[in-house]
Parts: sequence; structure tokens; C-alpha cells
Amino acid sequence: MPTLSSYLILAALLFSIGVIGIFLNRKNVIILLMAIELMLLAVNINLVAFSYYLGNLAGQIFVFFILTVAAAEAAIGLAILVVYFRNRHSINVDDIDELRG
Amino acid sequence: MTDITAHWTLALPEIWVLSMACVTLLADLFFAAKLRNIAAVLTGLTLVGAAALTFMLMGQRGAAFNGMFIADPFANVTNLFSYLSVFLVVVYSGRYLRERGLYRGEVFVLLLFALLGVMIMASGGNLLTIYLGLELLALSQYALVAMYRDSLVATEAGLKYFVLGALASGLLLYGMSLLYGLTGSLDVQDIAAGLVNVTGSNLVLVFAMVFITAGIAFKLGAAPFHMWLPDVYQGAPTAITLFLASAPKLGAFALIIRLLVDGGYGVMAVWQQIFIVLALASLVVGNVIAIAQGNIKRMLAYSTVGHVGFLSLGVLAGTLNGLASALFYTVVYVLMSLAGFGMILLLTRAGFEAERIDDFKGLAQRKPWYAAMMLIIMFSMAGVPPTVGFYAKLAVFQAVIDAGYVWIAVIGVLLAVIGAFYYLRVVKVMYFDAPEDAAPEIARDDVAAAFMSVNSVALLILGILPGPLMAFCIYALQGVI
Repeated sequence: MPTLSSYLILAALLFSIGVIGIFLNRKNVIILLMAIELMLLAVNINLVAFSYYLGNLAGQIFVFFILTVAAAEAAIGLAILVVYFRNRHSINVDDIDELRG
Repeated sequence: MTDITAHWTLALPEIWVLSMACVTLLADLFFAAKLRNIAAVLTGLTLVGAAALTFMLMGQRGAAFNGMFIADPFANVTNLFSYLSVFLVVVYSGRYLRERGLYRGEVFVLLLFALLGVMIMASGGNLLTIYLGLELLALSQYALVAMYRDSLVATEAGLKYFVLGALASGLLLYGMSLLYGLTGSLDVQDIAAGLVNVTGSNLVLVFAMVFITAGIAFKLGAAPFHMWLPDVYQGAPTAITLFLASAPKLGAFALIIRLLVDGGYGVMAVWQQIFIVLALASLVVGNVIAIAQGNIKRMLAYSTVGHVGFLSLGVLAGTLNGLASALFYTVVYVLMSLAGFGMILLLTRAGFEAERIDDFKGLAQRKPWYAAMMLIIMFSMAGVPPTVGFYAKLAVFQAVIDAGYVWIAVIGVLLAVIGAFYYLRVVKVMYFDAPEDAAPEIARDDVAAAFMSVNSVALLILGILPGPLMAFCIYALQGVI
């Protein structure tokens, strides 16, 4: 039987991988979207683990909402990506440099 | 089991805005070919109706939907100022949108949904509703920024905003999940009660507060979480930048009130420390980097970071007066940036964006009244008496000194002086430089100019008579603390 803290460590690791993925990724915007998704899913593991060990269902209901919102978020993100690709003909992270200063 | 529909009338303004957003979407689909202005008119109607409903419910306190939804004066006041700012956005941006082929129903529907997001955040009594309101606002904003789909900079701004905004939501959610684990509840009142037994040195609590505050700082645009702000403000179409700088800031302030004050007032010492760092970093970054900008949208974006630093001073004081002065500052900031970006919109015309500070050269000779309005706006942002910007800064400094942080107030005053330099540079350019030869003629836009005049003169009048607005802000927060 795994303990609560092992779930929390797993979630923390996944969350960190997501955050690091956003900042270190120099290749492709799609990988950024995957990193964002990983962050949200790490939060879901946290919520489900807490919910189980606290014996309180609210956390699991929150997870359903997060999943739904994440889907909407991914849809908007991909739509913006498509529009961007039409203008720039690239989704390379290094090419996103029109605005700076 | 209590009746879940009890007190649902408290949510009438939200229900009205939601229904009208759907009606606007459909009406635009079927009638836009004949009635080009239908979406804008319906949006105006929605705002007026919502304001009437909010006035009707003004001052009522209560919770609906099993505590998911809270109605109190703070929510009412936030809603009223949000209606006002969306209304001004619609008035100021009509011509700009029309000239760029963006005058479509979707813009207005997205504005209404974003407004609904702010309203839900302001009334959120549960982490779930707060999160959903935040996402409704954020998703509408991403779409609005990328709306100008043939523009490379606008789509790039949309992409950057999306990635960093999603990161911010992730941080906030992680903090919320830790808070849930700590207290066993998603309800803000229960969380506040649960935190009574938690000591300030609890590691989970510290992590929860750090993540939540970081998420809020991202949404607010406080340094060091401000990297998205200059790029998005510069890249987005000016009409959308105008919106981004208005109601969403009230929403971010509502996050502070609902999560940190309603929920975490018992552990204020933990988040107060973080806000000191945020405030100082924002003051430095905002006021110093803005000096180097030649693009006025980018300059106003850094000035936003600076203003967020000032309003954080009021938040970190943590007293009723401190939070009321922070709310006052937020409202004043919204009015000032609406006027500031509105002025850029007034000077643009088809194929020409008045984005460079050089585009304001010699404005005093070309349009004396526009230059005078811009003078009031810049003086107010710099904090020169008798404009309202001065009183707003005075109020937050007073709060932070009362809370015992004299050194922070001293640093704030010094940086306000540095910041005055780049605001006054715009004034100098308008009044003492000759117009550029190629400066295009300024288009007529009487309605927007009339509202702009009222908006700018209001900055002056509120500066001379700040009492009623301040009393309104204190009234809003009285029940919260």
C-alpha cells in the first residue's frame, strides 16, 4: 500500500518536469503544450491522492473540471498555434522572437 | 441537505450576462449581414442591464449554490467597475476594429465571456468556482489577443500569452491542491477555518501560499512574473490591449481578496513576505525598464508593472485601509490605462498605428485638446497632484507606513520619481517637439473623443475629490476583513 507522501512526491516530480519543460524546451511549441498538460495532470494526481486519504470526494470532482478545462485550453492553444504557423511558417520556439526589448 | 437553488437570485447579474452573451452570439450569426452594429449594441445593453441588476442587489450579503457563490459589496463594486471598463472598451475600440476588419460579433461575445469570468472570480466562494472563473477569463483573453489572425505580432503575442498564462494557471492549481490537502476542503470559509490550526512554519502551507501567490502575480503582471506582459501588450491589437489592461486587473485583485484575504487571512505573515518581494521587484522593473522603451504600448506595459508594484504595497499592508487603498489604486489604474490606450486608439487610423512615442510629436499643435487630455493622463500616471494618480499613491504609501514598513515607502517614493521621467518625456514630445512631416491627419471620432474627455477630466476631478471613491472602496472591503 503506497503512502500519501509517495503520491505527493510523484506529483511534485511530474509538476517539476512540466515546469522545466516549459523553460528549457528550445525546439518545438507542441512540446510546450505537452509540458503544460503534464503540469495539470500532476495537480490531478495530488488532488486524487488527497481526496482518497482525506475521505472527501470534492477533490475528485475538481479533477473532472480540471480535465475539462485542460481540454478546452488545449483546443485554444492548438488553434492559436495553427494561426501562428500560417503567418510564420514555423513552430520552432527559437523563431518566436518578433517581440522583444 | 440544503436546497441547492436557494438564494439563486443573488447570481442574477451573472446569469443575465451569460444569457446575453449567448443571445449576442446567435443574433450576430443571423442578423449581422443586415445590422452591422448588432453585437456592439447588444453588448451595451447587456452591460446596462447587468449594472441595473447589480444596483438592485447592492449591499446584499449571502451565499448561493451551497457556498460556491458569494454575494457581498466587494463583488458588487468589482462588477460595477468591470461593466464600466468593458463599456469604455467597446466605445473606444469601435473605429479601430472596423478599420482592421475585426469588427465582428466574436470580439464582443468574447468580451462578455471574459467579463463573466471576472464576475465569477469576484464572487467565488469555492476554489472550484474561482478556478473556473479564472479560466473563463484567461481562455477568452487568449482568443482575443490572437483574433487579428493575419498579423504576425498579434498571433505571436497570443502564443506567448497562452503558454505563460497556462503556466500561471498550473502554479495556482498546484497551490490550490496543497491547500485542499492541508484543510480537507475546497470551500474558502472552511479553508480559513482549517488554517487556524496550521502554524506559519508548516512547509506544506508555505509551499501552497508560494504557488498561489506566484499564480496571482502572473495574472496581475507583478515582477518577476511579468515577462509576458510587455510582449502581449505590444503585440495584441490596441483595442484588445485596452481590454487586457482593464477588467482583468480587477479580476486579479479579486483573486487576492478571495484566496489570500478571505481564505488565508489567518496566515497573512506567510504571503505578506512574498508580496514585499513582488512589490519591490515590480517597482524597480516597471519604473526603470520603461525608460528605455520607444514603443508607447510597451512603455505603458512596463508602467503597468510599476503600478502593480504600487498596488501590492497596499496589499502587503494587509489592513482594511491598506486593501481599500489597493482597490482604489486598481480602479484608478484601470481608468488611467483605459484613457492612455484610448488615446493611442484615437490617433490610429487605417494602416497607421500610433505606437511610437515619436508619433505623439507636436500633438499640441495638431490637436490641442487631445494633447491636454494626454497631459492629464500622463500626470496622473506619474502621480502629480492634483490628479487622482497622486492621491492613489499617497493612500498606498500611508497604508504601508501605518503597517510599519517605512523603508518600503521610501523606496517606492524614489522609484515613483524615477518613473516620472518617462511619463514627462511623452509630455515634452507633445508640447515641445515639431510634428513629423509624414504625420498622418487625425481621424474624426466624435463619440470616442467625447467619452475620452469625460474619462480624462474624471482623473482630474477624482484627484480633487477622492473622498467618495475611497469611501466606496472601504465600503466594498468592510465585510471582507
